[in-house]
Amino acid sequence: MARREIPEINAGSMADIAFLLLIFWLVTTTIDSDEGVKRQLPPPVPPDMEQQEVKDGDVYNVRTNFRDELLVEKEVLSIGQLKDGAKDFLVATGTGLLHPERPNITLGDDNMKYPERQWVRKAELTVLEQSYIAAGQDKRAEKVREKLTAIALFGSDYKELPGSALISLQTDRNTSYDLYLQVQNELEAAVNELRDELSLAKFNESYASLEERYSRTKEASLLDKIKAIRLVFPQRISEAEPRDASQGYY
Amino acid sequence: MSKFKKNSKRESGAISTASLPDIVFMLLFFFMVATVLRTEEEMVKVVRPEASEIYKIEKKHLIRYINIGPPQDKRYGTEPVIQLNDQFADVVQIRDWVENERLTLAEAEQTKMWVSMKVDQDTKMGVVTDVKQELRKASALKVLYSASSRDRTN
Repeated sequence: MARREIPEINAGSMADIAFLLLIFWLVTTTIDSDEGVKRQLPPPVPPDMEQQEVKDGDVYNVRTNFRDELLVEKEVLSIGQLKDGAKDFLVATGTGLLHPERPNITLGDDNMKYPERQWVRKAELTVLEQSYIAAGQDKRAEKVREKLTAIALFGSDYKELPGSALISLQTDRNTSYDLYLQVQNELEAAVNELRDELSLAKFNESYASLEERYSRTKEASLLDKIKAIRLVFPQRISEAEPRDASQGYY
Repeated sequence: MSKFKKNSKRESGAISTASLPDIVFMLLFFFMVATVLRTEEEMVKVVRPEASEIYKIEKKHLIRYINIGPPQDKRYGTEPVIQLNDQFADVVQIRDWVENERLTLAEAEQTKMWVSMKVDQDTKMGVVTDVKQELRKASALKVLYSASSRDRTN
């Protein structure tokens, strides 16, 4: 028998086959994405804790119901209006740095619409710091020092939100998760936008970029700026203890 | 002139493409190794909601996942269920689960654990609230509501 010559296999299409495999792989793999809205849950409440009294104007009440409707400060709002409402609340009677002082709001009223921002003055703080140091209360002195740094960075005194001012969110058990997340997102957007605004005016850089640069470089001067802005616009979103609000509807 | 002509007469051989498959295979393997795959099978259908204030966790090994949504397999019904690791779970199991997952982390990092909640957007808040309450009791307070990113609305 005559030996047949084995013809050489053409490998020209090999590359195409490999490319096909590669593309198939790229299309079918789902890469886990770990991004989302960050939240710190409150620690469990001890049963014997007393309910704190808060002024009506100091809490911005956001409620959602089972029909995915929003009730904000006893008014029905759409999700698109929530951010501006929250911003108004957080600016309140003005920061003393940027915003107009809102002359049309009558303060001292029983039914105050906004929390009253209080002046943080350098002269008072310096005295306070000395007294804390003398009393050996280091933690409190440290807090006062943070405020002093903020004043130095802003170049002027500022007004801070009262400690009791917060945004309270209460969801019904039958609210959709989507709406809940949108509300959380809008509230956070309100804080972030105000922070950006202030940061751009004072430091010529957005707050987001400050944070991003700090996470890379860990520069202490950046942290001071971030802390200063957080003092003026703290993120205080509290979630009320859950309750089945739908009970009242039926 | 003739000098140049002589040169141009020389035929340059065709570039061998024999190594092209090897190069592409190397690419393929690189991608296969480099992509972080889902470590567990998703047993529930999750369509993540969109959000603009997105935070990205850098240290992925600190994240543990809770999936909530309707089961992929219709035989288990259409009501949203909770998936921990690769099995369905009840709300009361969450506290034990948190404890166990914490032990898988290095001691110094146990307090830094993140719980990423991948919840389907049509889920009712009741289940989610229950899960959150359990997480609070288990002191797993750092929570990430998984979402895909979008632009801020004006």
